[in-house]
Amino acid sequence: MLYAIFCYNDERVIGSWSKEEDAACMVRLRNVQDGLTKAGKLGPVARLLPTTAATTLRKSAGESIVLDGPFAETKEQLLGFYVVDCADLDEVLAIARDLAVANPGTGSYEIRPMAIFDPGVPMPALDLDGPGMPGLNR
Amino acid sequence: MSDLAWIGATITAARPQAVGALLRYFRDLDTAEEAFQEASLRALKSWPRNGPPRDAAAWLILVGRNAGVDAVRRVSKLTALPEEETISDLDDVEAPLAERLDGSHYRDDVLRLMFICCHPDLPATQQVALALRIVSGLTVKQIAKAFLVGEAAMEQRITRAKARIGAGSIAFGAPDAVERTERLGAVAAMIYLIFNEGYSVSAAVEGDRAALCDEAIRLARLLLGLFTAEPEIMGLTALLVIQHSRSAARFDADGQVILLDDQDRSKWDRALIGEGLALIDKAMRHRRPGPYQIQAAIAALHARAATPAETDWAEIDALYAALERLQPSPVVTLNRAVAVSKVAGPEAALAMIEPLGERLEAYFHFHGARGAFLLQLGRKDEAREAFSQAISLANTAAEAAHIRQHLDRLMEG
Repeated sequence: MLYAIFCYNDERVIGSWSKEEDAACMVRLRNVQDGLTKAGKLGPVARLLPTTAATTLRKSAGESIVLDGPFAETKEQLLGFYVVDCADLDEVLAIARDLAVANPGTGSYEIRPMAIFDPGVPMPALDLDGPGMPGLNR
Repeated sequence: MSDLAWIGATITAARPQAVGALLRYFRDLDTAEEAFQEASLRALKSWPRNGPPRDAAAWLILVGRNAGVDAVRRVSKLTALPEEETISDLDDVEAPLAERLDGSHYRDDVLRLMFICCHPDLPATQQVALALRIVSGLTVKQIAKAFLVGEAAMEQRITRAKARIGAGSIAFGAPDAVERTERLGAVAAMIYLIFNEGYSVSAAVEGDRAALCDEAIRLARLLLGLFTAEPEIMGLTALLVIQHSRSAARFDADGQVILLDDQDRSKWDRALIGEGLALIDKAMRHRRPGPYQIQAAIAALHARAATPAETDWAEIDALYAALERLQPSPVVTLNRAVAVSKVAGPEAALAMIEPLGERLEAYFHFHGARGAFLLQLGRKDEAREAFSQAISLANTAAEAAHIRQHLDRLMEG
């Protein structure tokens, strides 16, 4: 079964990590991902830019409205997601736990089974070996 | 990341909101800062033991508020002076926390905290130092290092700046729309100053000062997160992230400046460029152009060009013309002349900047650009003279070294 794992955390805290801390975290996450890739369980992975770069289109009776910012203002923001192929919830939870260990501090992982998944055309990878997200940090 | 490092990042992230709220309670910057300091110390003890609170900022505000009240009470006893105003404020402070943490205060609290650092009586460098201390929470030592001055001198500078802004002049009521716009403008300018402090620096001290660029970007994102529909704040943030995307390509191994044309564009940070382009797209939809948006759009045209030859200089010229209309300044015209030299040739560029000579007499970049145009026109003696003048006005060793390369080449030729 395919699941999405959505990663939530306070982006202001992430943005206050030092470059070294961010890079170290990315390395730890990469280790978890490598294991999943070898096991043939990992699909697309994304880290999102800050919610300040987000735009929301809201449907309304007439023309839809374009709003600046993320869909919902929350204490923890959607910062990234994984697509994994797992036998059951226990297996996904184990992966989420590994991700949680690799990631310091607070945060939440929402696990959602997928109804439809179309991998689409191959997309160019973005900065996979880059040092996390430089400039996000102090 | 250790527990302590994570707690440090959490406290840093919560600082502007927490100190801003404490400033509103106590109406005194020192009391607010001390209260926050105390709350942070208690967090370092309590959080590893009890786990992190769900809302770190609220925790720090509540604990800081109580600590601050205790401190003010102790002082009042010692001085035996019943400061009516303070006391009635304290009673007020005991009001239910829920109301106090109302989200509507939060945006204006952070804005106010940033705004008090922009006091018009303070010279630019003091505004920057103060903001780094109060809003960002950098230590005096860190700030002194970034400014290349001694710790004691920086301590004194910050103390003086604080005395100057004096609590008396701070408006604590919720600002109206006009006031809020004014504050946003002043704060945006201050964030830009912080960035430039970090940007205009040679690689030798890059580590310490480049941190200022990161900090400016963090503050810009924070401000934009609070005021999500302000196109100029989008423009400011876009400008900073795109400029910063080139940081790994701006200096060679010896710390010499590498000009845009000669930079290894594969070293540009694509994530930051992507963020900048997204923000410009968002800003444009508002159809309220402003200086930051135009400068960001110019930076974006450079970022979009895969090679220097692909740069859309005609569009850059047009954008500088728009900036000249919005914000006439000889420096803007000088920048425009560089675009003009690419589109219409060095003669047109030279004609454009000659009238600026008087006002930009003491400006390094004026003589550098003038020398470059003269050189392109084959007027070597005049070029040499202009370059020599530029070197005498260079702000950093890297700037001087860069011009010296031109001079050396002239000597050879």
